[in-house]
Amino acid sequence: MEKEKEFYKRLEKKGVSRRDFMKYCTFLTATMGLSSSFVPKVAEVFAAPTQRPPVIWLHFAECTGCSEALLRSMYPWVDQLLLEVISMEYHETIMAAAGHQAEENLHNAVKKYNGKFICVVEGAVATKYNGGYGKIGGKTFLDIAKDVCSKAAAVICMGTCSAYGGVQAAKPNPGGYKGVGDALGIKTLNIPGCPPNPINFVGTVVNYLLLGKLPDLDSLGRPLFAYGKTIHDQCPRRSHFENGEFVEEFGSEEAAIGYCLYKVGCKGPETYNNCPIVKFNEGTSWPVEAGHPCIGCSEPDFWDKMSPFYEEM
Amino acid sequence: MRAVEDAVGVKIPDTARIMRNLLHGAQFQHDHIVHFYHLHALDWVDIVSSLSADPKKTATLSENVSNAPWGGSTYYKNVQQRLQTFVDSGQLGPFNNAYWGHPAYKLPPEANLMASAHYIEALRLQAKAARMHAIFGAKNPHLQSLVVGGITSVKDLTPDRIAEFLYLTKETQDFVNNVYIPDLLAVASFYKEWGAIGGTTNFLAWGDLPLSDKEPESLYMPRGVIMKRNLGGVKMAKQEKVTEHVARAWYEKGSPKHPYKGETKPIRKDPKYRPDGGKYSWFKAPRYDGEPCEVGPLARVLVAYAKGHKDIKAVVDSTLKKLGIPVTALFSTLGRTAARGLETVAIGNAMQGWVMDLVKNVKDGNTKTYQPWKMPDKATGLGLNDVARGALGHWIEIENKKIKNYQYVVPSTWNLGPRCEKGKLGPVEEALIGTPIADPKRPIEVLRTVHSFDPCVACGVHIIDPDSNQVYKIKVL
Repeated sequence: MEKEKEFYKRLEKKGVSRRDFMKYCTFLTATMGLSSSFVPKVAEVFAAPTQRPPVIWLHFAECTGCSEALLRSMYPWVDQLLLEVISMEYHETIMAAAGHQAEENLHNAVKKYNGKFICVVEGAVATKYNGGYGKIGGKTFLDIAKDVCSKAAAVICMGTCSAYGGVQAAKPNPGGYKGVGDALGIKTLNIPGCPPNPINFVGTVVNYLLLGKLPDLDSLGRPLFAYGKTIHDQCPRRSHFENGEFVEEFGSEEAAIGYCLYKVGCKGPETYNNCPIVKFNEGTSWPVEAGHPCIGCSEPDFWDKMSPFYEEM
Repeated sequence: MRAVEDAVGVKIPDTARIMRNLLHGAQFQHDHIVHFYHLHALDWVDIVSSLSADPKKTATLSENVSNAPWGGSTYYKNVQQRLQTFVDSGQLGPFNNAYWGHPAYKLPPEANLMASAHYIEALRLQAKAARMHAIFGAKNPHLQSLVVGGITSVKDLTPDRIAEFLYLTKETQDFVNNVYIPDLLAVASFYKEWGAIGGTTNFLAWGDLPLSDKEPESLYMPRGVIMKRNLGGVKMAKQEKVTEHVARAWYEKGSPKHPYKGETKPIRKDPKYRPDGGKYSWFKAPRYDGEPCEVGPLARVLVAYAKGHKDIKAVVDSTLKKLGIPVTALFSTLGRTAARGLETVAIGNAMQGWVMDLVKNVKDGNTKTYQPWKMPDKATGLGLNDVARGALGHWIEIENKKIKNYQYVVPSTWNLGPRCEKGKLGPVEEALIGTPIADPKRPIEVLRTVHSFDPCVACGVHIIDPDSNQVYKIKVL
């Protein structure tokens, strides 16, 4: 209780009322597909966590866009996430340690929390030439992944690269890049997207903290609460599709009205994600709202299968 | 995008140009804040030492040096308590096992506490600042509204969207002017010796942020090249002079080539790390007129300063005066880190005028954001940009309406590339030579210089202790 009170006091100092905070928890609870009776419990996870679960975040072949996406989390703010909700034991971009000390951190955390930590992976794993196309400190991504993932309580693939290979795996894929599940032959929880919406990562972690288990997944390892429906089925421009009202050229009158982007290449009908509902950067926008067709970035092999991006499917 | 636009011969409408500049400017504001506070500050700021600071004295210090909107002893007491609770939990997370307590840390505990508090404030500010990208670009990171011929977010040219953008850029710029720059100056004043460490020799900027359809004449950050630190001899940079070398990089054998003729043929085997005469990097080695060049904020600021750019000259001169250091101190790690902040002042301030240019166009009914174009059977094109990390060039050759060859030379390739065919060092390699290191097992000094380049890779660096000849592998992450 004390901790909870302190938390709300701190929030108010930052200009966030308890009411705003509960509003966010309701939003998050709904995003996760839980009933509203879970709202107080979700709030509890942020306000007074009994423990901070250890997270080990690995970087392989990637652009760090998924880490950047996590930094854009606004409720909880990323400093709350890092200081009060989870314990980020290893993360190459944000950790202060470097070199041998950094490697020591990874080694010690894996040992200390063996079987208990959440392993988050960002980036694809090189598999050709014994994994030679991707190394950190002389060790291949493949060896690091084998070692760390096998000791984790769960492996969460953050982004399309770690989930399915991403851009590195696009033809001709000289390094033999694969998603983590494929490379290691294990089951992973996948939060694809380029980058994914941080709310879907937070939702997954909260689900784990709250219910002690990971959320239900589809056949591609994606949480159903976020990836259960297509973009097309949730699109606010859907009625224009039904009415045959299409944008045929960017910047046109039809584009200014906000007609359907199907004819300029929108891949929404084949893409499963909740972008139209949760949107990005505190609900500011998402690609179709900005007049740009969906490129299917959360689907496996989207670079090869969804391109050309600007031609009708 | 610019390379393809050049190849197909399309000029983007004026409103699209302004919207792109606003998105690009927002990227500078956002990236540079994140770099300073979250990717570089802890090389200079000892967060653990802030636990022993006196919150009252910190409040006084903060009031003296900055115009931060938060402060007071209660504020600093709360921040300190929060950090203490975190430390007491025994789970140090991202702050575990760093070089805390290293003698190279020079700030008093109060300055460390002030900077640590701003580290946390900046984490929140950057998330807000990123919303600028979402307004006209759908999302951040990886905005998705830019297309060959213009920009797709024509529907977002509404008063509420534009106003939201304006207030976000203002709020971000308030942070830059009232917190970032005062913090930069406060920290720099304790580390003036770094004005003579970590410098390089040649500087290249393609320049960016066009204020009309005339390039390079109208670029707000100008194009130019400075060789051998000769500011007076600043010249127009010519893309024809760029070559890339692969002698020391993990690619098949080949002579130095201009990007139009460039090849990317990675060796088809497990690459071995052979820094002593062999191949040791995935980066090619770009050269300008055969010479390595540093790119990035320092290169841009030096080129602008040498050309007498009004806004840049004003911020550079006043900063040098405040710190009591000469112009030559810019050629250093300190100069690089300062330049990043100073160009954020200039660009962020200019952005507010660009928002008004957009308002004017909308008022005049000039909301054309896209120019249609046709893909030719055959064409070549290039696009020269300057992004947060530095000079970025793209070169494309089109044949049968498809990409025949595509090469890009990115900022970190310039800065972190290996030796060339002639054995000349890359800029980061050169910058590290002569760095004084107090404790080779805890080489925080190396981190300072490498991080000051804002590298986009977790890169491998090796140093040798001449006394023990012990090779220490240092990973800079």
